[in-house]
Amino acid sequence: MIELRGVTKRYGPNTVVDGVSLTVPGGGVTALIGPNGAGKSTLLSMIGRLLPLDGGEIRVDGLDVSRTAGDVLARKLSILRQENQVAVRLTVKELVEFGRFPYSRGRLTTEDGRHVEEAIEFLELAEFAARPLNRLSGGQRQRAFIAMVLCQDTDYVLLDEPLNNLDMRHASQTMGLIRRFATELNKTIVIVLHDVNFASYHADRVVAMKDGSIVADGAPGEIITAPWMAEIFDLEVPVHSYADRPVAAYFAIG
Amino acid sequence: MLVDRWRTALAASGRPVTVLVLLGILLAMVTVLFMTYDLKGSLDFALELRGRKVGGMLLVGFAVAYASVLLHTITNNRILTPSLMGFDALFVLIQTAAAFFFGTLAFLSLDVRLRFGIEVGIMLAFAAVLYRLLFGGENRDLFLLVLAGIITGTVFTSLTALIMRVLDPNEFMTLQDLLFANFSTVNRDLLLVSAAAVVAIVLATRPLLAQLDAVALGREHAINLGVDHRAVVRRCLAAIAVLVSVSTALVGPVAFLGLLVSNMAYQLTGTFRHRYTPAAAGMIAAIALIGGQFLLQEVFASVVRLSVIISFIGGIYFILLLLREAGR
Repeated sequence: MIELRGVTKRYGPNTVVDGVSLTVPGGGVTALIGPNGAGKSTLLSMIGRLLPLDGGEIRVDGLDVSRTAGDVLARKLSILRQENQVAVRLTVKELVEFGRFPYSRGRLTTEDGRHVEEAIEFLELAEFAARPLNRLSGGQRQRAFIAMVLCQDTDYVLLDEPLNNLDMRHASQTMGLIRRFATELNKTIVIVLHDVNFASYHADRVVAMKDGSIVADGAPGEIITAPWMAEIFDLEVPVHSYADRPVAAYFAIG
Repeated sequence: MLVDRWRTALAASGRPVTVLVLLGILLAMVTVLFMTYDLKGSLDFALELRGRKVGGMLLVGFAVAYASVLLHTITNNRILTPSLMGFDALFVLIQTAAAFFFGTLAFLSLDVRLRFGIEVGIMLAFAAVLYRLLFGGENRDLFLLVLAGIITGTVFTSLTALIMRVLDPNEFMTLQDLLFANFSTVNRDLLLVSAAAVVAIVLATRPLLAQLDAVALGREHAINLGVDHRAVVRRCLAAIAVLVSVSTALVGPVAFLGLLVSNMAYQLTGTFRHRYTPAAAGMIAAIALIGGQFLLQEVFASVVRLSVIISFIGGIYFILLLLREAGR
């Protein structure tokens, strides 16, 4: 269980995240949606202890993220941010192997090797395993990073807009994989999503943020509605139903 | 497919080890050659003198190489060098200021160990102030630190130029001789003290090496993988300060050596893993210094200082690196 109580982040006079409290029980996909600058990525970074808190506290399975030793948390919680440039030359396999770092500190055991193989297979990266990261397409590279996080084998996985820069096919495939993480491997996923329609089809719960606060929280069917979209994004969007799910038709306006 | 796998396996373990062994053999050969070539007169005296030179070059080579590798890893940037951060400039300023206020005679007649201690002390204090200023608060921006280093370096250089203008011409001549790296006159006591400092740093940073592999991925990935990024960076910066201070105070500024050898080490070993790169870079540095010194003094019988040539070659290499990075 992830528990946030009064979590606050300020940059100078600006309060980016303003006293957010939220509980994410184990299991399922929780999507964070909201306009640019709402504080979603900042909130996710704080849960993943990439940013220090200016107020409040965050606990993951009872462990305070700002006080717990880094390697203990690294076996419980993983985070993948949106920009994933690596300065050093690595092959896909080497990158995925880094996912085992919290367990083996760079000396891989046979069990680590098994996890690496599984992660590579799960993300269908076997044919690229020996290829350097800089010679992959954006979609393949993104999958390699997701494989690393999967290899880290944590109960909680935080993903910050993992579908950014992916084409239609790769975006839907990647989102499908993330869904399978939750369903088949029983992970708890918290994911920042740009496109509310992915949240509609793949999330179990949608949490909407605006101006640093949570404004709506519920099942996709409750949040992805015309009135809520207008409230959250300041945009009149017609919401239709397709295959039993709401779809915000924001492409048609403007 | 098979070739790919074989290549990965080689890149993962075989190649770095092979490169390290070859470098080790080359280093041993160069050292033996340097020690035994054209031995005349008193054997004891000659061996002692040459041994001291070799020791100095090994030590300086390794210290500078290690400092560069650490700096590259914690900044995720391969074209930085610790001397860019103002250490060399401060060394020159200390010497110049001492010559101005006390005269070169008084400065040179001071006990070498004391002089060395003062120089290392001042440079460490400088590093500590620099780091405290930038890491005291929440600000963790390494590039700000590097930038601040470059700017203070420029200030030191300007101050030095100012003092030199008003210096007595005779003093100036003596001073100039002091300001170039000098491998021929390494004091034995100094050598031992510096060796102890470098060994202590190596032992202290050994547990960090595995974590540095993760740090090389970048701050956020490192934290995600459970590395205490801030602590690792702070320790590395302290280690860099000691290593650069020791080597600069021991033989003087060797500006581009670290940049040159660390990048050669990455290329030759084909890896960024810290199990291999510091050792490889250190050996390349020692080979370059010992071999270069040998060629200069025995073959070319030249009066040109090795440090001048290192700066020249290093400068060209630096420009090539910049162009290559820009072309990416």
